Amino acid sequence: MASIWEYANPRKFMSVTDRVLPWIAGLSAIALVAGLAWGFFLTPDDYRQGSTVKIIYLHVPAALMAINGWLMMLAASLVWLVRRHHVSALAARAAAPVGAVMTVIALLTGAIWGQPMWGTWWAWDPRLTSFLILFLFYLGYIALWAAIEDGDTAADLTSVLCLVGSVFALLSRYAVNFWNQGLHQGASLSLDKEENVADVFYFPLLLCIAGFVLFFLALVLLRTRTEIRARRMRALMARERMA
Amino acid sequence: MKALLVRDLKLAVRAGGGFGLGLAFFLIVVVLVPFAVGPETALLTRIAPGILWIGALLACLLSLDRILALDREDGSLDLIATAPLPLEAAVSVKALAHWLTTGLPLVIAAPVLGVLLNLRGEGYGWLVVSLAIGTPALSVIGTFGAALTVGIKRGGLLLSLLVLPLYVPVLIFGAEVARRGAEGLSVATPLALLGAVTCGTIALLPFASAAVLRVNLR
Repeated sequence: MASIWEYANPRKFMSVTDRVLPWIAGLSAIALVAGLAWGFFLTPDDYRQGSTVKIIYLHVPAALMAINGWLMMLAASLVWLVRRHHVSALAARAAAPVGAVMTVIALLTGAIWGQPMWGTWWAWDPRLTSFLILFLFYLGYIALWAAIEDGDTAADLTSVLCLVGSVFALLSRYAVNFWNQGLHQGASLSLDKEENVADVFYFPLLLCIAGFVLFFLALVLLRTRTEIRARRMRALMARERMA
Repeated sequence: MKALLVRDLKLAVRAGGGFGLGLAFFLIVVVLVPFAVGPETALLTRIAPGILWIGALLACLLSLDRILALDREDGSLDLIATAPLPLEAAVSVKALAHWLTTGLPLVIAAPVLGVLLNLRGEGYGWLVVSLAIGTPALSVIGTFGAALTVGIKRGGLLLSLLVLPLYVPVLIFGAEVARRGAEGLSVATPLALLGAVTCGTIALLPFASAAVLRVNLR
């Protein structure tokens, strides 16, 4: 009876990802190139936003992966705390910098879009602000991983931080809404827009989102493999010293 | 429990405990702000609640690494952990002691510093209320941060990086209560939310703090 937990065995994980990773990376490259090319060159300009609308193909998928990256870390942290699978802890560690970069991409593309559209690079809009706070959470999480030498202790502490941080990130998300909702500019970036977006923009956007999801997955798998190898190497070196 | 509380209070108040440092820091922050933004009273009146809140928050942050690090250094933390008292309770008592020695003086000092910033007359009551409700949450969250970083040498900066994002909801609601109070608006909603955040953190975070402390003492 094959169970999903079998893949938590580092050897099984390594052999499976070894076979799967090129496919994921290749598919993500195809989806990204096709989606971006379609989006940038084959869709018409928006009648009001002109060609700036096309930044949506980077902005929306990056923002999506920034949030889902944290969710993935939360799930991996829970798995580590409950079942003590090392691969899970390492995957959470591997996902953090990727998620942080996604957050930066979302913030930067948003700023580049906001300059011509809103006339400002930055506004203390609830959505923007909560993303900035999410970025701070990513930074704290990465810094805590980097600060502790012992692997298991670091995994335990960062997992608890991830759980507590998730609650507070959610709390901040709604607190920020309460703090400044008069601006309403965030509505132009809201998820409802995806349903409102015309089909001609919608399908390349879907393709780009798929590309980003696969890209994120490929990077996380690659980084997890690196972490596992690094840990094996450390174990081997420790054994050498003992002998 | 009481013995631990009394011990922590005594340690904080006696020489070298750093009692009053937070207060002095609070005073200095509030004095420095007018130098930075200019002495116009209208502007100061407008930003006074926010300045007082951020000052109190930073003063609170400054003393966090004393909560557990000193006990860790002299080994008493191990004794506390092996005592019959559950670690969750010990952590809560530590947070309470931190609030009594840092948060409470800040609450009492805030109206005095409000005069310096030309806070509006209506604002004093709500400022004190918001700080009195909000600072316990700051202490409890800070204890969690201190428990996370207790094993790290010179973890002060890391502690700030970890704790400050967690302070965001408390700061938003607390400063909102103080601001609305100063402008004579209704404070019911942010006050209720601030109280909810405080109650929630006091009820739940000690478990997380105790969990990470156990990991760090392993």
